[in-house]
Amino acid sequence: MDPILLIVFLPLLASVIAGLGNRALGNTVAKSLTTGALFIACGLSWPIFLGFFGGHAEAHVVPVLQWVQSGSLSFDWALRVDTLTAIMLVVITTVSALVHLYSWGYMSEDPDQPRFFAYLSLFTFAMLMLVTADNLVQMFFGWEGVGLASYLLIGFWFRKPSASAAAIKAFVVNRVGDLGFMLGIFGTFLVFNTVSIPEILVRAPGMAGSTIHFLGMQWDTMTILCVLLFIGAMGKSAQLGLHTWLPDAMEGPTPVSALIHAATMVTAGVFMVCRLSPMFAASETAMNVVTYVGAATLFFAATVGTTQWDIKRVIAYSTCSQLGYMFVAAGVGAPGAAMFHLFTHAFFKALLFLGAGSVIHAMHHEQDMRYYGGLRKKIPLTYWAMMMGTLAITGVGVVGVFGFAGFYSKDSILEAAYGSATVSGSVGFWLGITAALLTSFYSWRLMFLTFFGKPRWDQSEHIQHAVHDDHHGHGDHAHGHDHAKHDDGTAGYHPHESPLPMLVPLIVLSLGAVFAGYLFHHSFISEGTGHFWQGSIAFSEHLIHELHSVPTWVKWAPFAVMITGLAVAWYAYIANPGFPAKFAAAIRPLHLFFFNKWYFDELYNLVFVRPSFWLGRQFWKLGDIGFIDRFGPNGSAWLVLQGTKAAQRVQSGYLYSYALVMLLGLTAAITWAMVN
Amino acid sequence: MIGIEHYVAVSSILFVLGVLGIFLNRKNVIVILMAIELILLAVNLNLVAFSSFLHDLTGQIFAMFVLTVAAGEAAIGLAILVIYFRDRGTIAVDDVNRMKG
Repeated sequence: MDPILLIVFLPLLASVIAGLGNRALGNTVAKSLTTGALFIACGLSWPIFLGFFGGHAEAHVVPVLQWVQSGSLSFDWALRVDTLTAIMLVVITTVSALVHLYSWGYMSEDPDQPRFFAYLSLFTFAMLMLVTADNLVQMFFGWEGVGLASYLLIGFWFRKPSASAAAIKAFVVNRVGDLGFMLGIFGTFLVFNTVSIPEILVRAPGMAGSTIHFLGMQWDTMTILCVLLFIGAMGKSAQLGLHTWLPDAMEGPTPVSALIHAATMVTAGVFMVCRLSPMFAASETAMNVVTYVGAATLFFAATVGTTQWDIKRVIAYSTCSQLGYMFVAAGVGAPGAAMFHLFTHAFFKALLFLGAGSVIHAMHHEQDMRYYGGLRKKIPLTYWAMMMGTLAITGVGVVGVFGFAGFYSKDSILEAAYGSATVSGSVGFWLGITAALLTSFYSWRLMFLTFFGKPRWDQSEHIQHAVHDDHHGHGDHAHGHDHAKHDDGTAGYHPHESPLPMLVPLIVLSLGAVFAGYLFHHSFISEGTGHFWQGSIAFSEHLIHELHSVPTWVKWAPFAVMITGLAVAWYAYIANPGFPAKFAAAIRPLHLFFFNKWYFDELYNLVFVRPSFWLGRQFWKLGDIGFIDRFGPNGSAWLVLQGTKAAQRVQSGYLYSYALVMLLGLTAAITWAMVN
Repeated sequence: MIGIEHYVAVSSILFVLGVLGIFLNRKNVIVILMAIELILLAVNLNLVAFSSFLHDLTGQIFAMFVLTVAAGEAAIGLAILVIYFRDRGTIAVDDVNRMKG
């Protein structure tokens, strides 16, 4: 039995058992089952990855079941294992296993734990189906599966209206992208007469330059197909325009944010573009679209991230921004760099989210960074883990010596963008450099606001509740012994370090954030490593060469902006804490623009949501009530009523009128008999 | 000479009087019974007249049957009326309107 079958189907099995057994199984059994399945899957994934890493593994396809045989359309359930899949396997199973473990601690007080763990495992299964897909339809199955799991998990606390709304928003916005993806699959089948990915990739270059009729116009075949598929990727990976669901998705539990909305699901779009990179390479226009959208997103998200107060939202926008980097890399023709950033990002972003969850846990569900401060001494392990994550995302490292994970991957993207020597590449490079400055600023801002300075907890309602409850002897987190006077801003609250199940994932992911870049950058993006990819992505030896021979200032530019961002954040939030407010007031219109997320939600409300509601109301009031109901059920009921009223009048009950009718009838009958 | 047409005319007039007595009567159920009696008599007159005209005794024998049935009908009708009056305290036609299927 091929280990890939176990990797993919163990989470499904665990999910089904835990989900159907639910309360009958009990918390501990359900949790052990799902977590155990994930750790087994993780344990089986790493040897596969290391096999490809060592260069002695072969890409292969494991057939599972026959699926569809209809005319010329035929495809099967099959699991494809190659370098690209192997990378995704370790990312998914590792982060998922750690998140399962983390949830033991984070969700320990939740009444619906079996349901939560069943959803988590279901998500993992769907994501694994997505990355092992050998044809576009199976990929679409996984694609929708992760969308469903994401919907269920965002709305896990469905009694909270905001969580419910966020879940619906995520589902609907993703539907827009999925329409593009579906049209892309249909179009691909139309053009290539197959949905098998390897076949499409082989034949794609030959289709470059041909045209196709679509929406009443002639288009370049590969451009239109790739752009349609990319629209799907934009929806799933929260790129500018279809990104609005991602920040709202933070309504879900924090482990969910770490697993789905940072490390795995949102990278599905990047994965898809990389998987189909030979296809994208056949259309320069499509590549430019990918680059520009990625560049716009990374800049947009970074500017918004600098102004948010909610700790999870800052990280969410950061995720959005990092995904933009990946698309820039894929767009300039360096999918290897994109996958490398995906790989490292999964570790440090999951780490940041889980760290944020640990902070939130310690601060009694307070998420507003304005009410944090001074937590460094209180929760030192979380602090150090977050520090590793921050060092990794800001790309700390010295060229040629050692760097944290993000240092290798982000720099390689920027170098690839510069080295591609195209207009879109330079746009990507300059926006990327600017965003790197902003990334450094908002990441350190998060660190400084949370862990440094003086405690500002006393203004937080959550903390006040905690202290108040504790005072009455019900406190779970706080153990205030003296409720007299607290002038130190702590309000008498004592944050506690998280339990062990939450700390272990933090430590493991910290190791990933520190070493993932250093250990693997040779394989992913060094010259002459085409054999590592084994043709699973479009690998351009030329671009990799360019990437390594960019001018020195390009190599050092990310480092310089990182230091600048750190310095500015230190000045604004440590040295001179009154400065940010004054600065924000000075550039008030711009600050408001960023703070309100470029008014995307407002714009969409105005352009899409409200007209849709209006249209819906028209259909309801005019179409349904005014027409169908009026002439349908209500109309026939009215007709019957009128008829019976007439019939009622005939039945007067008076003898003489009955007799008259009888006589008339008799007369009529006789007349008829006589006439005939 | 009184011909058959005179008999038919008189019996027709009696019949129509009887019918109108049923329909236009707004007062008393007894009047309806009387009107029915009138209709039966009109029929009888016709039967006897045609019997004599055609020299066929069947008509006259049939008239005897009709008279018998009319007597029975009157007896039953009055009996119902008495019961009805006892039950409802009135035999005004306008109050007898309970015959709604």
